[in-house]
Amino acid sequence: MITFDKCGIFCAQAGVYIDPWKPVDKAIITHAHSDHARWGMKAYMAHKLAVPVMRYRLGADINVQAIEYNEPVTINGVTISLHPAGHIWGSAQVRLEYKGEVWVVSGDYKLQHDGITTPFEPVTCNSFITESTFGLPVYKFPASADVYADINAWWRANKEEGKNSVILAYSLGKAQRVHAHLDASIGDIYLHGAVDNVNKIYEQEIGDLPEAKRIDANVNRKDIKGAMIIAPPSAADTPWLRSLQPYKLGICSGWMQLRGTRRRRNADRGFVLSDHADWEQLNTAVKATGAENVYVTHGYKSIYSRWLQTEYGLNATEVDTLYTGEALDETGETEPANNEIIQ
Amino acid sequence: MKLFSELFTKIDQTTSTNDKIDALVQYLAIANEQDAIWCVALLSGRRPKRTVKTSELWQWSSELSGLPPWLMAESYHIVGDLAETISLILPEGNKTSDYKLHEIIEALNELRDSDEQQRRDYIATMWQQFDKQELFIFNKLITGGFRMGVSDKIVIKALAKHFNTDENIIAHRLTGTWEVTGNTLPALLAAGAGNDDISKPYPFYLAYALESTPDELGNVDDWQIERKYDGIRGQLIVRDSQLFVWSRGEDLLTEKFTEFTNLASILPNGTVIDGEILPFKDGNFLPFHVMQTRIGRKNVTKKAMQEAPLVMVCYDLIEYNGADIRHLSMGERRAMLEQLVTHTTQAHPEVPLQLSPTIQCDNWNEVAKERMRSREYNCEGLMLKRKNSEYKTGRRRGDWWKWKVDPLSVDGVLLYAQRGHGRRANLYTDFTFAVWDGDELVPFAKAYSGLTDKELIEVDAWIKKHTIEKFGPVRSVTPELVFELGFEGINPSPRHKSGVALRFPRILRWRQDKSMKEANTKADLLELIQAYRG
Repeated sequence: MITFDKCGIFCAQAGVYIDPWKPVDKAIITHAHSDHARWGMKAYMAHKLAVPVMRYRLGADINVQAIEYNEPVTINGVTISLHPAGHIWGSAQVRLEYKGEVWVVSGDYKLQHDGITTPFEPVTCNSFITESTFGLPVYKFPASADVYADINAWWRANKEEGKNSVILAYSLGKAQRVHAHLDASIGDIYLHGAVDNVNKIYEQEIGDLPEAKRIDANVNRKDIKGAMIIAPPSAADTPWLRSLQPYKLGICSGWMQLRGTRRRRNADRGFVLSDHADWEQLNTAVKATGAENVYVTHGYKSIYSRWLQTEYGLNATEVDTLYTGEALDETGETEPANNEIIQ
Repeated sequence: MKLFSELFTKIDQTTSTNDKIDALVQYLAIANEQDAIWCVALLSGRRPKRTVKTSELWQWSSELSGLPPWLMAESYHIVGDLAETISLILPEGNKTSDYKLHEIIEALNELRDSDEQQRRDYIATMWQQFDKQELFIFNKLITGGFRMGVSDKIVIKALAKHFNTDENIIAHRLTGTWEVTGNTLPALLAAGAGNDDISKPYPFYLAYALESTPDELGNVDDWQIERKYDGIRGQLIVRDSQLFVWSRGEDLLTEKFTEFTNLASILPNGTVIDGEILPFKDGNFLPFHVMQTRIGRKNVTKKAMQEAPLVMVCYDLIEYNGADIRHLSMGERRAMLEQLVTHTTQAHPEVPLQLSPTIQCDNWNEVAKERMRSREYNCEGLMLKRKNSEYKTGRRRGDWWKWKVDPLSVDGVLLYAQRGHGRRANLYTDFTFAVWDGDELVPFAKAYSGLTDKELIEVDAWIKKHTIEKFGPVRSVTPELVFELGFEGINPSPRHKSGVALRFPRILRWRQDKSMKEANTKADLLELIQAYRG
C-alpha cells in the first residue's frame, strides 16, 4: 500500500505522498519543520495548527487543506486520518487504511508530555514507519518539568552575575516550549525575530506566552540586562549574538545527553530537551502500535532496526529518507534563521 | 563523592577559566584532606591503579542493563567513552549513600587481590547507589583518564589562591612523582629541599608559536636565537650523585637513555639542564623516527644504541649547585650553562652533551633567512628567547617564541573515516588519506585535526551520505574529497603501504577547488623524501 520512491513516502492507491522531498501533486504533511514540509507541492493537506506556519514559511498562496485530528478523509478508497504525534504543536501521525490494511506514518514524534503540544496517541496498525533520531539506549531524557526548572534556575543565577541568558532552540516548537515554561518573574524575555514570528502564530492559534519583546532596531541593547533571550540555533557565532554580551549560552537538544557533543558546542550549558522520542519512548511507541512491520527512517536506523528484529522479532527494515531529525549541527538543511523562504 | 560530583558538574557546565578556578577553590575549602589531594592528583593526570578489567565492566553492565553486547558496542562507538556509555545505559541508582572520594579510590585499590565474584559484587552494588553524574565519575575512576576540562594552569592557580602561595612554587611541587596515599596537600606543597624527592623536575617553560612577524619583537640584539631541534624535550637532573632524565610529558626515562648514565658522577650535584634529546651520529643529527624506533623498544640493545646514539642539546640551566636559578635572566643562565657544558666536555670529551648554538644575526631579515635553512639542520625552526627572560612555568606569551618553518604539504584523497572521541564523539573526524600509485589510491596518512568545527560537521554529513562500507566504527567512502595535509617531516617506512611515514600530519585545508585526479602521487612523496631527508 505504501512505497518509498525518489520523491518520498507514497501511497499509490490514494495518489498522495507523505512529507515528500520533491515537488508532487498531493502531499500530506506531518508537521511544519522544513525537512518535512517542503516547498513546491501542488496541494497540501495538514493539521489545522500546522497550516498557518506552513503558509508563513512556504508562502501564503499555497493550496492547503486543513483538517483536525481523527477526522477521516477518503481518497479513492483509502481512509486517511491524522493523529497527535506529540512532536510539536500541530504535528500529526498519518494513518492510512485500505481494504483492512493499516499503515501509520509517524513523522517525528515524542511520548513525553511537553506542556504545550497535544500528546502522542498510539495508533494500532499493521505497518509502522518510525524515526530513530535517538534510537540508542544511551538516550534517556529527563522529565520536561525538571529541565524547565533547571533552565529557570540557570537564568536566575546568570542574572545574579549580571549576565544575559541565551537559549538556542528551534524557532518552531522548541522555542515555544521553552518560552511557555519560563518564570517571567525572574526578568525580561527577549526574542530573536525568527522566534517572534512563529510565536505570533502560536499566540494567535493556541494561546498566550509570557510577555516578551522582539529584538529589533527599536530595542537598545543596553536595556537588555539579566534577560532571557530565545534564538534559533543558526544565531550561534553571529554578530547579532555577540551584541548581547555579556551572556551565557544554553543549548536545548537531546544531543546534549552526550558529554562530547556538549563540549563540542562550546556552550555554557546543555539542556537535554528534545521533541523526539528517546530509546524507551521509541520502544514503547513501536510496541503500542502492535505493528508486525516496522520501517525505520532517519537516525540510528540500522542499529534500531536490528534491535527490533532481534529483540521483538519484528520485520524491521531500514529506509533512506531525506529527513534530518534533530539537527544540532546545522548544515543548511534546517530551518531558516530569518524570514526567508526555504527553496 | 557528592562534593566531588558537584565540583565536576560546575566545571563541566562552564567554559570560563575563572569560574573553574573558583569552583576548585571552593572545593578545596570544604573537602577533607584526603579527598582534596586525590582531587588534585586526578586533575593533574595521576590515576589510581587499575584493578578491574574493561571486559568485566562490559559484561556486568550488559547483564545489569539487559542490553545485548552488540548494542553496547554500537553505543560505545557513538558515545566515544566507555565510562560514559556505562553510566548512560545503567538504570539510575537510588542515590542513598555518600562515600568519600578517597574511600572509593581505596576500595577500588583493594580489589586488586580479589576474585571476579568479589569485584562484581562491589562494582554492581556501587552502581546502584549513584546518580548519573556520580556513576560517570565512579566509572572514570575505574577506567582512568580523567579529563575534566581543567588544565594544569587552573589547578595551580586554584591551589595558589587557596594556600596563598606563589604559583611557581606550586607548579614545581606538583611535578614529578609524589605519593597520594598518606600524603596531604599542605605536606606536599610545603616540602622543602631537604626532605624532597630528589628526582623532582621543574615545570617546563614552553613557547607559543610566533603569530606576527618578528620585527614586532623589537631590537634583535635583545633576543637569543637558537634552532628548534626535533627530539624529545627533557630535563637532565643530577642530585645526590644520582641521575634522572625526565621528558616533557613528565615520564621518567632514565632507564631508556643509558648514554647519560655516567653523568651522575661527572656533573656536579644539584644540576638541572633543560635540553633536547636526540640521536646524533657521525657529526649529524638523525631524523626523529630513528629515535622513535629506539624509544619504542622495551630493552635498549647494543645495536639500537649504535644505530641511534643519543645526545642532549643543552638549552638552559635551571638549577645550579642545588639552587633554583629560574629567576635569573636568560643571559645569566646561558653564561652559566656555557661554562658548565664547556668544562664538562673538555674534561670528559665522551659525554653526550652539546650546547645549543646561538645564532648571531644583525637584523630580523637575517633571522628569517636562518629560519629557512632549518631543514638543513633537521630542525623545525627557530627559538627566540628574550635575553632578560626568567625561566617561567608552562606555556606563556611574551618572552619565548617558537618560529617554525612552514610545513611540507601534500594533497590527499579521503578514503576512510572513523568516529572521534571526547568532544568529537559521534562525528566522523578521524580520516585516512590516500595518494595515487598509478590508477590505485594508496593510504599514506591519518589526520585528525585542522578543520574548523563547521567544516567537520559538513564533512561528517558528506561521509554519512557517501559511505561505501562500514567496518565497526570505520567507514570507507567514495573517493572524491581532496584535502591538503601539512607535516613536519617525511621518512621511508616499510610498515606503511605507501612506503612513507609523515611526522605530525594534520589537515591544512579542504581543497574544494580540486578534483581527486589532482591529488598528489606516491612518486611525489618519494621525491619529498629525497629532498628533505637529513
